[in-house]
Amino acid sequence: MLQQLITAGLTIAVGITAAFGYFYGSNILLDLIFPSKAPGDRGTRNIRRAGVIRPWLFVGPAVLALTLYLVYPVVDSIWLSFHGRDGHEFVGLKNYIWFVGDARIRAAFLNNLLWLLVVPAASTFLGLVSAALTDRIFWGNLAKSLIFMPMAISFVGATVIWKFVYDYRAANQTQIGLLNAIVTWFGGAPEAWITVPFWNNFFLMVILVWIQTGFAMVILSAALRGIPEETIEAAVLDGANGLQIFFRIMVPQIWSTIAVVWTTITITVLKVFDIVYAMTNGQWDTDVLANQMYVWMFEGGGDYGRGATIALIIMLLVVPIMIWNIRNARREMEGR
Amino acid sequence: MLGLGGRKSPLVWVMHLSVLLLVVLWTLPTAGLFITSLRTADQISVSGWWTALSSAERNAITRTPDGSAETQVGDRYVIAGNVLKNGGEVVAFGRSSLKPTQFKPGEVADLGDGITLSVKADGSYELSGPTKLEGGQRIFYTARTPPAFTLGNYAHVLSANGMLRAFMNSLTVAVPATVIPILIAAYAAFALAWMPFPGRSLLIAIIVGLLVVPLQMSLIPILTLYNDIGKATAVDAHGVIGTLMHYSGLGQMSDDGTQIGLNPKSYLGVWLAHTGFGLPLAIFLLRNYMVGLPREIIESARVDGATDFQIFTRIVLPLSFPALASFAIFQFLWTWNDLLVATVFLSHQQDSLVMTGKLKDLLGSHGGDWEILAASAFISISVPLLVFFALQKYLVRGLLAGSVK
Repeated sequence: MLQQLITAGLTIAVGITAAFGYFYGSNILLDLIFPSKAPGDRGTRNIRRAGVIRPWLFVGPAVLALTLYLVYPVVDSIWLSFHGRDGHEFVGLKNYIWFVGDARIRAAFLNNLLWLLVVPAASTFLGLVSAALTDRIFWGNLAKSLIFMPMAISFVGATVIWKFVYDYRAANQTQIGLLNAIVTWFGGAPEAWITVPFWNNFFLMVILVWIQTGFAMVILSAALRGIPEETIEAAVLDGANGLQIFFRIMVPQIWSTIAVVWTTITITVLKVFDIVYAMTNGQWDTDVLANQMYVWMFEGGGDYGRGATIALIIMLLVVPIMIWNIRNARREMEGR
Repeated sequence: MLGLGGRKSPLVWVMHLSVLLLVVLWTLPTAGLFITSLRTADQISVSGWWTALSSAERNAITRTPDGSAETQVGDRYVIAGNVLKNGGEVVAFGRSSLKPTQFKPGEVADLGDGITLSVKADGSYELSGPTKLEGGQRIFYTARTPPAFTLGNYAHVLSANGMLRAFMNSLTVAVPATVIPILIAAYAAFALAWMPFPGRSLLIAIIVGLLVVPLQMSLIPILTLYNDIGKATAVDAHGVIGTLMHYSGLGQMSDDGTQIGLNPKSYLGVWLAHTGFGLPLAIFLLRNYMVGLPREIIESARVDGATDFQIFTRIVLPLSFPALASFAIFQFLWTWNDLLVATVFLSHQQDSLVMTGKLKDLLGSHGGDWEILAASAFISISVPLLVFFALQKYLVRGLLAGSVK
């Protein structure tokens, strides 16, 4: 263990030194190759040449890492999706045909749609409500902190926390899970919640909503505070009540922020894998695409072709959001 | 800010109550697990954590030892002992399962044939009779235990369950995986913000696009690549380079022990993978922040003859501290909490599991042992929670910079 810590420490030191060394050294080298103090015309030409190369020294490592870890995998996945389980034999559209026809995939896909409908909507709505409420009470900041807190907890940690809430004991035993304790207190029968088909999906979604609501709240709260006061004062003068002001005046003014929150959570939902993997591993009809992808990639020897196909489908679902994001960023840059 | 809050109307109370409800709903699950982690396995299994602060009553049965344990006191034979092992007090006892609370502590129960049983409040019992006893008498009793908390679960998982090791592994993964991308991203963000070059806006667009690429996409291609690198770098295990690789921990010996290549499942691989996956957000956040820095400062430094490198290290970097801190927190939380990347790029052996992997393992193998699960979970989320509460300001700032247009 000690050796490991020393290695880690050394690597950090070496890494940082190397990174600084690269940026510092390459800039010095550039100045040596194109000295700006050269006599006459050559000096200005050298400055221009160095100016062309220098930005690439700065972005170089980042471009390299992005290409290797994100761009190349997309290309490679497309290639793999047309190949068999070991990634060598060409199989044409076979993997895609399998994807469309497979019953487990279809179940996972439908569950995923359910997640996509419920989680972003619930998180955004609860985030909006808590943002609107906490902004108006004196202990709002403390409340915000506590609602925001689950964001720091890992999906696996959250799964443990909620698994305990859903814990089930036979009817004649003391229930130690909060949910069953409440149910039995009201006279109901205890239930093994995460094994109840269909509805168990919602018990898993609760975990993600619990994590994401704080994120939605923080961003929407900032947006609400950015609303010009005049619009609200005018509405008050016109005799609008609190709810009318909130839904007719405030919400329409933060639509674009709501959309950003919604899409961000949508992306998280598509990628979420840990919760299902740790809680049920897809049993009792709770599978989602990201978990199926992991299963096909790494379990039972692995089928790289099918795994890559599922990954690509998830990617395709994200593409519209990607384009929308790029457009927004472009528009914003033109505004500058 | 809104006419709503000023009035002392019932609406204000509704507001306070709804926020209180939300806060309770959002903290209760975590609080429950935390309290559970401080209870013994026995306590956890007989009562819900919400009863932990009050005294717990439970019904139990014990058996006296058999006749060989008896002593003779005067003309009676006596078997004595204590029904309570962990403290507390007896509030009632009985001699049959039909009436387990028939007698109060201190009373004497007549078992017939002159045999008597008495249990005192402190748990000590005395079974006595005029003739030799057979023993093995069942005693039904109700014990009340005062609220008691223990750190034993934590001590146990840290020493016996390898949580300490997992903690170190998580730290080994998370710290470099946070530092490296910041370094690379800061330079790139500066160039994208303040150095005009052809293709710059295209590059920015690509980075914005890469923000949403699911990292699952990268797992197979990168893992294959790592394996290929491992094979391509294989050298004689007993040569100079091979020996160096072996002792630095970067190498992986081939099965027959003659060749050694770069280990495909090493910390270096995980750090670089996290770097690649974290870079789009890092560059995006930092560029957005750097673009907003006052143009005059940078222009005047240029006029004074400062090079781009100097402007970056002396002016832009120090001014960008808040953005750097925001990203550092994000990346640290993300890498510490990550399960997928660590599962794929680190080996599954027990001594190289990170905390999330360990927790996942425990969920499978100790699914019902809540004392182990709760303590382990709390050790793993304590670090992010600490970071969260200490540096929340920067976290919020980063979120806002990243999302609000």
